[in-house]
Amino acid sequence: MSSTLAHDDAHAAHHTSLPVDNRKLAIWTFIGSECLFFATLISTYLIYKDTHAKGPGPKDIFEVPLVTAGTAVLLFSSFFVVMALNGAQEGNRKKLLGWLGATIMCGLFFLGMQVYEFNHFYHLGLGYTTNLFGTSFYTLTGFHGTHVAIGTLWLMTVFKDALKGRMPPAKALNLELAALYWHFVDVVWIIIFPVVYLMSLRS
Amino acid sequence: MIRPLRNLTRRPYPLLLLGAFCVLAISGCIGDGPYPQSTLDPKGDYAEMVDRLFRITVYLATGVFILVEGALLWAIFRFRGKPDDPEVAQVHGSTTVEIIWTVIPALVLALVAVPTVKTILETGKVPATSPDGQAPLKVEVIGHQWWWEFRYPEYGITTAGEMHVPMGRTVDLRMKTVDVVHSFWVPQFAGKRDVFPNRETRLWFTANATGAFPGACAEFCGLQHGRMDFYTVVASPEDFTAWVATRQADSTLNPSGLPMTPVTDSATLAMIPAQVAEGEKLFLTKGCIGCHSLSAMTPMKGMTGPNLSGIGARRMIASGWLENTDENLHRWIKTPQLVKQGVLMVVPEMTDAEVDALVAYLRTKQ
Amino acid sequence: MTTTTLDQAHPAKRSTLVEWLTTVDHKKIGILYGASAFIFFLLGGIEALIIRTQLMGPNGTLVSPEFYNQLFTMHGTTMIFLGVMPLSAMFFNFFIPLLIGARDVAFPRLNAMSLWVFLLGGLFMNASFLLNAAPNGGWFGYAPLSSRQYSPGLNMDFWVIGLQILGIASLAAGVNFFTTILNMRARGMTLMRMPMFVWSTLITQVLVLLSFPIITVALIMLMVDRTFGASFFSVGGGGDPLLWQHLFWLFGHPEVYILILPAFGIVSEILPVFSRKPLFGYSAMVFSMAFIAFLGFGVWSHHMFATGMGPLADTFFSLATMLIAVPTGVKIFNWIGTTWGGSLQLRTPMLFALGFIAMFIIGGLSGVMHSVAPADLQQTDTYFVVAHFHYVLFGGSIFALTAGAYYWWPKMFGTMLSESIGKVHFWLMLAGFNLTFFPMHFAGLLGMPRRIYAYPAGLGFEVYNMMATAGAFLLAISILVFMYNMWVSARRGEPAPADPWGGATLEWSIPSPPQEWNFTDEPIVTDRDDLWAQKRAAGVRTLPEPALSDGKGIHLPGPSWWPLIVAIGILIFFIGFMVPHTYAFPFGPITIAGFLLTTVGIFKWAYEPPDANATHH
Repeated sequence: MSSTLAHDDAHAAHHTSLPVDNRKLAIWTFIGSECLFFATLISTYLIYKDTHAKGPGPKDIFEVPLVTAGTAVLLFSSFFVVMALNGAQEGNRKKLLGWLGATIMCGLFFLGMQVYEFNHFYHLGLGYTTNLFGTSFYTLTGFHGTHVAIGTLWLMTVFKDALKGRMPPAKALNLELAALYWHFVDVVWIIIFPVVYLMSLRS
Repeated sequence: MIRPLRNLTRRPYPLLLLGAFCVLAISGCIGDGPYPQSTLDPKGDYAEMVDRLFRITVYLATGVFILVEGALLWAIFRFRGKPDDPEVAQVHGSTTVEIIWTVIPALVLALVAVPTVKTILETGKVPATSPDGQAPLKVEVIGHQWWWEFRYPEYGITTAGEMHVPMGRTVDLRMKTVDVVHSFWVPQFAGKRDVFPNRETRLWFTANATGAFPGACAEFCGLQHGRMDFYTVVASPEDFTAWVATRQADSTLNPSGLPMTPVTDSATLAMIPAQVAEGEKLFLTKGCIGCHSLSAMTPMKGMTGPNLSGIGARRMIASGWLENTDENLHRWIKTPQLVKQGVLMVVPEMTDAEVDALVAYLRTKQ
Repeated sequence: MTTTTLDQAHPAKRSTLVEWLTTVDHKKIGILYGASAFIFFLLGGIEALIIRTQLMGPNGTLVSPEFYNQLFTMHGTTMIFLGVMPLSAMFFNFFIPLLIGARDVAFPRLNAMSLWVFLLGGLFMNASFLLNAAPNGGWFGYAPLSSRQYSPGLNMDFWVIGLQILGIASLAAGVNFFTTILNMRARGMTLMRMPMFVWSTLITQVLVLLSFPIITVALIMLMVDRTFGASFFSVGGGGDPLLWQHLFWLFGHPEVYILILPAFGIVSEILPVFSRKPLFGYSAMVFSMAFIAFLGFGVWSHHMFATGMGPLADTFFSLATMLIAVPTGVKIFNWIGTTWGGSLQLRTPMLFALGFIAMFIIGGLSGVMHSVAPADLQQTDTYFVVAHFHYVLFGGSIFALTAGAYYWWPKMFGTMLSESIGKVHFWLMLAGFNLTFFPMHFAGLLGMPRRIYAYPAGLGFEVYNMMATAGAFLLAISILVFMYNMWVSARRGEPAPADPWGGATLEWSIPSPPQEWNFTDEPIVTDRDDLWAQKRAAGVRTLPEPALSDGKGIHLPGPSWWPLIVAIGILIFFIGFMVPHTYAFPFGPITIAGFLLTTVGIFKWAYEPPDANATHH
């Protein structure tokens, strides 16, 4: 996907009105729109988190330590992808591949954690439609997980390009776009983590 | 001044336009009334407050309409140009003018805003006491697909399709629905209020005229949203009390509408026409009793159809759509799906004679 | 697949089907948007005519209640999402690059994808008629009526899924045009030199980007309710039907401005040209439009006064709504100010633009009446509100879009529309429109609820309904006149010069129709009404006809199949949700197939070599 927009841009070499590449502006715009997407999901979760007449509620199932680990990993990955971008811009292939690989591993770890968590909750009796807490929880975190998966896939395509030596510094923007998206996905989790998990710790 | 007039005579379109508008505007008066469901003819305190407010906005809006459309038409006539006219002064704007036409509309809006807020506050709370000094009359309104149920907890009675209220006593409506969202609306008494399955909504009014006033469901609620009307019957306090007493007399009946103790004495039996007796039997055996109660007293659970207490005397059947004649009632019972497609009433096959018997029986329920 | 180089220069040469299916040219995409939207618009119009015939007299029996409910649901949904929005998109596509002096949009292939997703989504939704299962729960789909329990058929599945598909098209276009306008303006075109239509497009895209995610989530939740048996909006599981209303109108009110702001922009282009005088109060126009858009996010609950939100909320939303009247008034006054002291040339585009102002004033005033919460309790869900929003959406948007069609037709197709037929069209449409919708104010005030398939005799509604029905057929005739005009223009229209109206903006500096690359030399802008400045500097009224160029050395992106393929993938993906699932197997084979096709399409698209199929000149 990274190179998608590149070819699409009829005027990449021409001037832009703002001092920013078209693709970067587009990603920022998209992120702005996505904020409303997640804001709506999070609001819905907040409305319904205490609706669990049937089946378990937040306090019955959340295990904060595991999710904290996932959160930390995702946070670190944001740092890793910055390092990878740094490598790409310097033309340092090793640095790029190393840090990008680490980022991808972090994404995969997080996804693994989520799969484990969903499976675990399911066995504790919280199916997707058991109660509204469950539905809104799975919908919110599921959509976030989908975003992580898309981000990981995107980073993997950049990684493949880099492996094949198709990531010269001039194309570092391809990684920067994926990285922007990745940061956004992280930031959303930084909001979901306290709102969903930490708030459930309160009485 | 001369140029626009010349333009007017040369080009008849704008005059036609003006004429057409006048026709449309006065078409408000050419209708073939009466308008029993009009919002412009309030018959209660709530609706009167709203009407006063509405009239303020109409007058202001008409004034603004005349001024602004006038300015536009004036500009069109006055500044009509020809292709080879010389260039006009290239004006780009004026801050002063912008400020003026920002501030003046804001002031005009303030003239609307103040009475609006006042009316919101006045209508927002159910009065603690009614103008006649009594506590308001509580009526529970329950929306169904596609009919309205009314309960009077004070008197322990239930009715459907017709809400009876006394004149001069505030009515305190507490509303909900058993299925989808509906909206309760009797224009001559108050604005609309939606009903929800999971929360109670409130509305109130005090009627100041007697009569039967049509109302309707105003929120789209499915197939037969178009036929979910009802009547509000306002009676003098005495007549209302009499109506309540009649309904309560139903308490001598079983929920089914049958006397508590079976009539055995032959003299009384002889007074009941055979057709009515047959109708009663059919009412019990053909399944009507499964959904409909003939007693206004709080019916048994599971009564999913409209309460039929006093059905013989109601103005309308089928949610305010059919006049309650024997012929219509026959048609309604015999072929409900033809009268109101999708209605949830299920009727077994019956001969015309059987339906007639049922009609005769229901007609006795006054 | 090498493209013929001088397609436009030799109009005799026909474009092939493949070229249109794979095109990434914003002008062709614009024409495709316009053509499909116009067909949907006609469909919506036919639905309206059936509705009006049914309501001509009391106790109408032309259609069944079920079909009537499908008709009004599809009429609303079609006119909003498949009519007015894509008709605006036609002008965005064709003219935004021309107005800002660019050779294309920022992402031409994404643009093509938006088109195909929109078109397939619209066809999908209308295909429901073939199954006799068109959506029947209103364009607002209120819960719990839209739940599986109360709407068990496929009807509302078509609606829920169709709207999600259309949302993707809108969001992709939103990102594209936002980026294009901010980043691809010609040198010298500062934000405050942009033509007003560009401003209105920019602000519209912001509204799309911020409001469509909300409805997307709401639709996903409704789909989850319907498909997996969740209860976001059903009371049984603790859900709240009111949440749907809040989310819907949080989107729904900005959507109203998405429909009207492009109209504002079009009229703001036309009035100065035919008044021969610059737009009055340019910056006030920009700020008022931005302010309207901003306030548009804070007034959603005025659609919900009847739900009984309490005095505090009623007061807040009443006053916030009234506040919108101030910037709206500023716009109307500035339009009148533009004509004031001008030299008005009453050609057809100008007639429609003036008609727009006259009609929009009426819709605006009835809008203020609705902001008065207690009075709105009487008016909401009656024909009064039907009259109000048709004055805004038809008298407003459609009049302005028609004005734009007459104004820009010569540029799009290189031939003029007939002035005399155009005038007949205008007066018929104005008369038909007012005859249709003005009486509805009275019907509503006299107590006629909306969305009823029949009304009883004796309530006094008869006269007004008869008038409205007569007006609707007059309107239909006016549309036929318009189609005749287009046909005449296509057959034997007078060839259009580059600048038939004495235009102020860049699109009039290039040939009609524009060559594939729009601008042979990238323009440099020095003024707000740049073309007027150029003419003034040259001391002429019309610049000499621009010469056609051979476009040597201009690189244009090549055609591509992938946008169409991705769009088909997205359609298939969503169709998969028509089948009920269990959450153990949330994704059926159709969904998975669609997902794979979409993914493959995106990767192929991403790795399509930059110069594949490219046009070189």
